[in-house]
Amino acid sequence: MIRLEKRPQPSRAWTVAAPLLAVALTMVAGGLMFALLGKNPVDAIRTIFWDPLFNQQFASYSRPQLLVKAGPLILIAIGLSLGFRAGIWNIGAEGQYIMGALAGAGVALALYPLDTWILFPLMVLAGALGGWAWAMIPALLKTRFRTNEILVSLLLVYVAQQVLASMSLGLMRNPEGGGFPGSRNLQQYPAAANPELFEGTGMHWGVVAAFIAVIAAYVLLNRHMLGFQIRLTGQSPRAARFAGVDTNALVLFCLGTSGALAGLAGLFEVSGPAGQVNIDFNVGYGFTAIIVAFLGRLHPVGILLAGLLMALTYIGGELAQFMLGIPAAAIQAFQGMLLFFLLGVDVLSNYNIRLGRREIA
Amino acid sequence: MDFGAINPVVLFASLMVASTPILLAAIGELVVEKSGVLNLGVEGMMITGAICGFAIAVETGSPTLGFIAAMAGGAALSLVFGFLTQVLMSNQVATGLALTLFGLGFSALIGQGYVGTKPPATDRLNLGVLSDIPILGRMLFSHDLIVYLSLALVATVWAFLRFTRAGLILRAVGENHDAAHALGYKVVRIRLAAIAFGGACAGLGGAYLSLVRVPQWTEGMTSGAGWIALAIVVFASWRAGRVLLGAYLFGGVAVLQLNLQAAGLAVPVELLSASPYLVTILVLVIMSADRGRAALNAPASLGRVFHAST
Amino acid sequence: MTALLTVEGLTKAYPGVVANDRVSFDIAEGEVHALLGENGAGKSTLVKMIYGLVQPDAGQMTLRGTAYAPSEPSAARAAGVAMVFQHFSLFDALNVAENIALGMEHPPPMRRLAARIREVSETYGLPLKPGRLVGDLSAGERQRVEIIRCLLQDPKLLIMDEPTSVLTPQEVGILFATLRKLAAEGTAILYISHKLEEIRTLCDRATILRRGRVVDSCNPREKSAAELAEMMVGAKLTAPSRAGVSPGEVVLEVSELSLPSANPFGTSLRDISFSVRAGEILGVGGVAGNGQDELLAALSGEAPVAPGAVRLKGQPIGSLGPSPRRRIAVLAAPEERLGHAAAPDMSLTENALLTAAIREGLAARGFLKWPAAKAFAEKVIEAFDVRTPGPGNAARSLSGGNLQKFVIGREVLQRPEVLVVNQPTWGVDASAAASIRQALLDLAESGTAVIVISQDLDELMEISDRFAALNEGRLSSPRPAKGLTLEEIGLMMGGAHDMEVAHVAE
Repeated sequence: MIRLEKRPQPSRAWTVAAPLLAVALTMVAGGLMFALLGKNPVDAIRTIFWDPLFNQQFASYSRPQLLVKAGPLILIAIGLSLGFRAGIWNIGAEGQYIMGALAGAGVALALYPLDTWILFPLMVLAGALGGWAWAMIPALLKTRFRTNEILVSLLLVYVAQQVLASMSLGLMRNPEGGGFPGSRNLQQYPAAANPELFEGTGMHWGVVAAFIAVIAAYVLLNRHMLGFQIRLTGQSPRAARFAGVDTNALVLFCLGTSGALAGLAGLFEVSGPAGQVNIDFNVGYGFTAIIVAFLGRLHPVGILLAGLLMALTYIGGELAQFMLGIPAAAIQAFQGMLLFFLLGVDVLSNYNIRLGRREIA
Repeated sequence: MDFGAINPVVLFASLMVASTPILLAAIGELVVEKSGVLNLGVEGMMITGAICGFAIAVETGSPTLGFIAAMAGGAALSLVFGFLTQVLMSNQVATGLALTLFGLGFSALIGQGYVGTKPPATDRLNLGVLSDIPILGRMLFSHDLIVYLSLALVATVWAFLRFTRAGLILRAVGENHDAAHALGYKVVRIRLAAIAFGGACAGLGGAYLSLVRVPQWTEGMTSGAGWIALAIVVFASWRAGRVLLGAYLFGGVAVLQLNLQAAGLAVPVELLSASPYLVTILVLVIMSADRGRAALNAPASLGRVFHAST
Repeated sequence: MTALLTVEGLTKAYPGVVANDRVSFDIAEGEVHALLGENGAGKSTLVKMIYGLVQPDAGQMTLRGTAYAPSEPSAARAAGVAMVFQHFSLFDALNVAENIALGMEHPPPMRRLAARIREVSETYGLPLKPGRLVGDLSAGERQRVEIIRCLLQDPKLLIMDEPTSVLTPQEVGILFATLRKLAAEGTAILYISHKLEEIRTLCDRATILRRGRVVDSCNPREKSAAELAEMMVGAKLTAPSRAGVSPGEVVLEVSELSLPSANPFGTSLRDISFSVRAGEILGVGGVAGNGQDELLAALSGEAPVAPGAVRLKGQPIGSLGPSPRRRIAVLAAPEERLGHAAAPDMSLTENALLTAAIREGLAARGFLKWPAAKAFAEKVIEAFDVRTPGPGNAARSLSGGNLQKFVIGREVLQRPEVLVVNQPTWGVDASAAASIRQALLDLAESGTAVIVISQDLDELMEISDRFAALNEGRLSSPRPAKGLTLEEIGLMMGGAHDMEVAHVAE
């Protein structure tokens, strides 16, 4: 009989080891899934986790993609982790990502073809504001009416998608695009472009922003009163009120920050790797970032690593699709599984597992 | 613009069809939440049900088997959530999200081969005289079995919670799990049963979407229906009767906006498409602004982790 | 007298602690048997085994001559064992009849059950309306629900866990009358308490537990309270001492303080007025659930009120939140240690930061000074003899008494002008309780105005200068504690509400 006994305090060792164990378990379960799909599981796992980085044939293309994909994931996940730590659940980052991209691209498209160095900083500001404003909707509804932020932020994703569709087909459509949906390509508009900063690295301004966010979040959480209040509110809301934490201000800060960071991610994506506003602009980074945040234990450094790992599964997934014909959806399921295993093994950091003898009655 | 094209009889009839998936998912989630568990994975269980039902119906040619498979699929997935949250005591919010993310990927994976396939038709019931009543017959009495099943389910859940001992125990577990445990009730077991029921309902709702309402399979086809079902439970302040009202209200908005789109109303199509979500948000705001005793119906242990420390 | 229940060698171990170590005793039919011991002595574990909630590691029980090993509470109930819990067994949002039905094996249909409830409640002088929501009931009424739930099952053995902690003295008297009636009818009662006078009045026999073992048994009527206390604690206790100081200026003044309840089952504060002088301890008594938490929240700043409702040396502070109040040295320590006064999973250093950041200067321009926070935590640990390996340990790893010493010490060391504490020694072992009381007395002596909210009347009589009682959100006017009789205190607490003495025919 297996029994769980609460540890007097959380185990540090397991806090670090649990994500690694979860990754290992996911590989096993994922391998099983691939085997059921009729693929060689070892090949599949190697193609996803090893080849993008070390296979001579693919690495030159794949390695830069790692940062391109990890940048937005990390940027968004850092923002989400602040709220998650405080028990404030923004799960609508996907919508904030879209709105940030629209706001930023909107500035560029409105000023086209103005050529000035100030344009890109303006776009960055607009991108952050766009995401922030979209996140302020659930934030204000929560503080004013105590409306559940989980549902509102999520439902707004669907609204944002409609706005995106409307913009791609209407206001932002490329007048020289021959009637096809989608805006002008910002990569061909130097003042508005977010180019690769160093050839062959995949590094662009969004990746830089992600690294800055990691450091800022680390300092905030470990050295600043606000970070302490965030952690306190998440662990013990009543103790936080007793400590004098202004809960409403915290809701506004956490949702606003995560919205702004998601908006930034959207802006850097639309002006860089994606290049244009289009109906299929968003690819689910806002949702995958939720997995990244948890896989990184809501810890900035952890999120950095988790973001890279998750980016690897994206790239490896594409490679596996190309090489082995493993469907793209399998990777999505694989990522979902990873979160399951992570939440499952988490029990080890707070509980001792005892294989108890059968109790004598 | 041609409002004449909108026929109120047809409108109501399609409203009942449009509401059924959400009604099923919401009534299941109501039972789950009444037991004190917040399962945010409704969307994931619905879409899993949608593909399980679709695949089995296509393979066997029997919609009935499809619906049964959908319930099994939804319940199976919900039990993953149940195991994680009840046995391993994981965070319910995070685990519910995981369920949704996994469900979306998993269903897309199974659904690979089914895109563009037409499912076998689900028969409408012939209720004889009732179906022949002018207007009413068309509006109310010419649907398939699942529509009536969903209505019967609402009535059953209402009666179960209100009049039966098992329903009382379920409410007690949701209200105060420590007290229920002290009285010797098996909190975890009761909650697992509620979770599985919720999963089966969500799965059935998903299958109704893919087999009747649409009817075909596309990736992510639930497009937020599960989340709206969650919102409807809040709107209903955890009362079965009001879940029916909420689901039909939402179904009405969804059907009406489609009709308005078809009628060519001078409003952007995107705004109409977004309207069900906007209406849901509005309703949530109105409900949460009411700080009276409506809050009383919310199960006091909702979302809290239970660990029997004795 | 024949033994109804015999317990032999019951043992139950949890990781790191043996809760019960070969416990043996027996109870006769119609006997009122006390189980006496400090917090953590193993009383709760023992009764949970008898009630089937916990299975023993070793040992056996015999009920009415046959082996008795309940695997779950329903088995215990079927065998005629019923239990009235101290906490955790009622459902606020359900009505009285539903609550009672949940505790029965085969409840009759609701309408018949409601009739039975009325009948039994009248017989035993415990009036109850079956249709009322339990969340709306007072603490005393809630206990009636529990008792009637047991009585409806016609128990052979009734276990009562600390039943009087939620009752006024008058209500205690009526409860005892009911219990004696039951005992006279042949029901055995296992009565768990650490209140010595009650046990001396009520019980025929006492089994004394210390650190999980039976250390003694006696007829409590033949012992003095001091002798019983010594058996229970295993050492002589010294009563707290204080030098008589004459109180100074009025520091805190509360006038016409009203606070509507934040949740549907809370208590609203109505028109509370009192003042406290420097160097004085005001004791606030009352049965649980009469506005204690709300009063603490209004004084700590968690629930802001009208500015003029609370004044510090004449300045209105009612609308200030907890942080601005700390800045002007108005401090508080709430009742719930884990989750309110302290964050369970955070280290003691972080918990020191929780309330002391402002007054101890543990942050500069928002940035935290971890070494200073750690030093302050260490200072509290040192000064209040908190038993822990170090300030890096999580709050939840401390025992109740040690954490309480930390929580009180954290506020005391911040040199408050006003300190408000709620239930400072609840669930704390006797030696920790004594040192906490001493610390509060010393603090008052140094010129602080102290408000002690407590449900332990003995404690309040021991340390307070003046006494007032909360009853349904109202505060009686404070009176000097010296010379108050139990009768008077009981009336201040609201008397017997609407209870009446049991009038069952013998």
